[in-house]
Amino acid sequence: MNGDPLSKRQRLAIGRQPMPVRDPALRAGDFGEVALGLPEHLALLEARRCLACKVATCVAGCPVAVDIPRFVGLVEAGDIAGAARVLLADNALPGITGRVCPQEHQCEAACVLGRKGAPLAIGHLERFVADWAAGRADAPPVPPPTGGTVAVVGSGPGGLTAAGELASRGYAVTVYEALHTPGGVLIYGIPEFRLPKEIVAREVARLTGLGVRIECNVVVGRTYSLDELRAVFDAVFVSVGAGLPLFLGVPGEGYKGVYSANEYLTRVNLMQAYDFPDADTPVLRGGRVVVVGGGNVALDAVRTARRLGADEAILAYRRSRAEMPARVEEIGHADEEGIRFEMLVSPVAVEGDADRWVRGLRCIRMELGEPDASGRRRPVPIAGSEFVIPCDVVVAAIGTRANPLLTSSCPDLALTPEGSIAVDGRGMTNLAGVFAGGDIVRGSATVILAMGDGKRAAAEIDAYLSGAAAQGPAGTGSLQFTVNGPQPDDLIAVVAGNRAATPALTDRPAVAPGSAAQDAASRPRTPAAVPSRPPTQGHAGRRPEPSLPAPQPSTGCRPDRDVPL
Amino acid sequence: METQTPVGHEVLGNVVLAPAVHRLEVRAPRIAAVRRAAQFVIVRRGPGAERIPLTVAAADAAGGTITLIVQAVGKSTAELTALAPGQMIHDVAGPLGRPTELVPGGDAVVVGGGIGAAVVLPIAAALHAGGTAVTSIVGARSQPWVILEEELAAFGRVVVCTDDGTRGRPGLVTAALADELAAGAAATVYAVGPVPMMRAVAELTRPLGVRTIVSLNPIMVDGTGMCGGCRVTVGGEMRFACVDGPEFDGHAVDFDELADRLTAYRADEALARSRLGGGDS
Repeated sequence: MNGDPLSKRQRLAIGRQPMPVRDPALRAGDFGEVALGLPEHLALLEARRCLACKVATCVAGCPVAVDIPRFVGLVEAGDIAGAARVLLADNALPGITGRVCPQEHQCEAACVLGRKGAPLAIGHLERFVADWAAGRADAPPVPPPTGGTVAVVGSGPGGLTAAGELASRGYAVTVYEALHTPGGVLIYGIPEFRLPKEIVAREVARLTGLGVRIECNVVVGRTYSLDELRAVFDAVFVSVGAGLPLFLGVPGEGYKGVYSANEYLTRVNLMQAYDFPDADTPVLRGGRVVVVGGGNVALDAVRTARRLGADEAILAYRRSRAEMPARVEEIGHADEEGIRFEMLVSPVAVEGDADRWVRGLRCIRMELGEPDASGRRRPVPIAGSEFVIPCDVVVAAIGTRANPLLTSSCPDLALTPEGSIAVDGRGMTNLAGVFAGGDIVRGSATVILAMGDGKRAAAEIDAYLSGAAAQGPAGTGSLQFTVNGPQPDDLIAVVAGNRAATPALTDRPAVAPGSAAQDAASRPRTPAAVPSRPPTQGHAGRRPEPSLPAPQPSTGCRPDRDVPL
Repeated sequence: METQTPVGHEVLGNVVLAPAVHRLEVRAPRIAAVRRAAQFVIVRRGPGAERIPLTVAAADAAGGTITLIVQAVGKSTAELTALAPGQMIHDVAGPLGRPTELVPGGDAVVVGGGIGAAVVLPIAAALHAGGTAVTSIVGARSQPWVILEEELAAFGRVVVCTDDGTRGRPGLVTAALADELAAGAAATVYAVGPVPMMRAVAELTRPLGVRTIVSLNPIMVDGTGMCGGCRVTVGGEMRFACVDGPEFDGHAVDFDELADRLTAYRADEALARSRLGGGDS
């Protein structure tokens, strides 16, 4: 920063500017956003706290390596448009990460200001710039097409990031989303009061403006298999999220009123159950709701319960508040909203009445013992300390395990013992041209880590396809399409031909919780008894178009595509 | 409340099969191309509507259509059955669930109670196509509610039962099934219908050791394994009907829990139904 108008001492004298929030008593009764965003004068003041360190430790703390000193410097100079350009060059979804990133563990944890006082409010500044730019940003230029085509499976943070990066590089990108609205966890999981849906819609619109095609209601693993996508696209990025919710594993989980956090939040966020009966999907509200867990999802669920009208919304966590993995800001907001924290308790059983409605959660008190593998002190039950928290609804927010829907459609795809997709240092799976990232690789992680994976995968896919193009057609898609990439009909033709030849899109058995290691590569495809013709009368399967290659009657992922580069 | 531009899947036909039971032909080429017996779709009529699972009763891959048989029991299903040809269903996702388990060897009896006949239809078709001799037992409370008798007849013998004896043999499907089992015809039984019927079938076949497959339809939201709302207990283990099912071993299913969980939203459903036709849909 040449001509620095402020001395370091002057900068250090400015206190961290607080984020304005809505009155807890008001906001606990609706789903409006809690944090209001820094007004411009406070943002500019906050930006003046940045010391513009020559070695910017904050950048190293960011999973997508946003050039933080540069964008903050431009905010300080009042060039918000310039700041937005810098920010967007590194981070496709700043309006989202500014709201949901755990900054206190990432960029802000690395900020030198934090050594003696409060770190720079990097997340708040990021959100300020993103929101400022939202109404003003020019439509991004649509780059010249490379001719390469990429399928992205899943439209959560990882998929959207990869799609944006690839479209900016001139690839024809099609995103497949299983639900009816794009956004993945940003839509079904994170509530409106923390991340307004409008912001997700805005980011999705920006991608479609870049030429990204988004197809909803496509369940890869069922509608199309991974093999079939590989047959028509040059590369595939799999970012389907973690998937199957874990339950508590205690008696009584079949009672009415027990939810996974995924179901509870999906009903409210995606299906708008807060608006029942004006929206058609109901949710059991309950006068007293207990949410089990200590992460962001648990916080989202318990604060949702409060907003649905619960007299008492209780968070039950087996460690103490200091070990909670949730964002510090959300814990504070929950506190303000009157959430009751039951710390150091672990569920033992769900109690129900004669009609099998939930009536309480039996818990046992815990104490902290020796540190475990995560470095946190391990909670240990205190004998004889069982007690019951009376409640009508129990929500399990204790994590997820890998969803086998996609992986089971491609037995040759290598998995980890937990059923996650195994990738190499480039984010590529054992199948050439198939990359993966986000929770399906990491287990339950964060929005920003999924975005980091998407960003890296896009660069690796670009390198992979550029290399392939340089070496000729071997590594590229065998089908030729318009510059817009494969159209839905192209895939239907391929799929119809493929399944006619090998009608058994067979499943491997679902990975049971706690089952032995699954070695995907060695697991043979199960031959299934299948009808020799379609079960409806008089209709043959649709034949592929003449211009398409003959379907491959393979028994697994097509080995002929696994060409070394 | 409807969007201005029609988007989604066109309803090409809507035929009444029985009181409140409609057969919808819906345009869904990519699902028609790949769906197999026992698989289902999740349908969302439009903005604000529920996601509801419906078995794909039949499909025309060449024509790009699927057949859904819908019984109007609540607001969402009533609105679906009210769709006229040319109207749109906003979202149809699938096919979901595992294809039917076609047990090799021996003859099969498929038992469809009420709307369950729509679920056994594609199973009977697939069994027949695979060379298995199929007997279909179709049950209904009374003659007007007997559905798909003719369609099932294309795949083998059909026994119709009505509770009141107004069509076919009087009595429950289990009595007809007991006769079939006594005749020794069945190596495998596929049973789909109300929970008490499936439980009764399972109890009938259990002592005989006849393999019995049931297709479950618990409350479901996403249909992809993400929410766990459709969890059922099978053999003492938690399974998700959407990704592990919908078919399970009828001798291992906890039917009491299933029946109970199906009532979780009874009060909400009554409220929604009471507002149906109130002019704001």
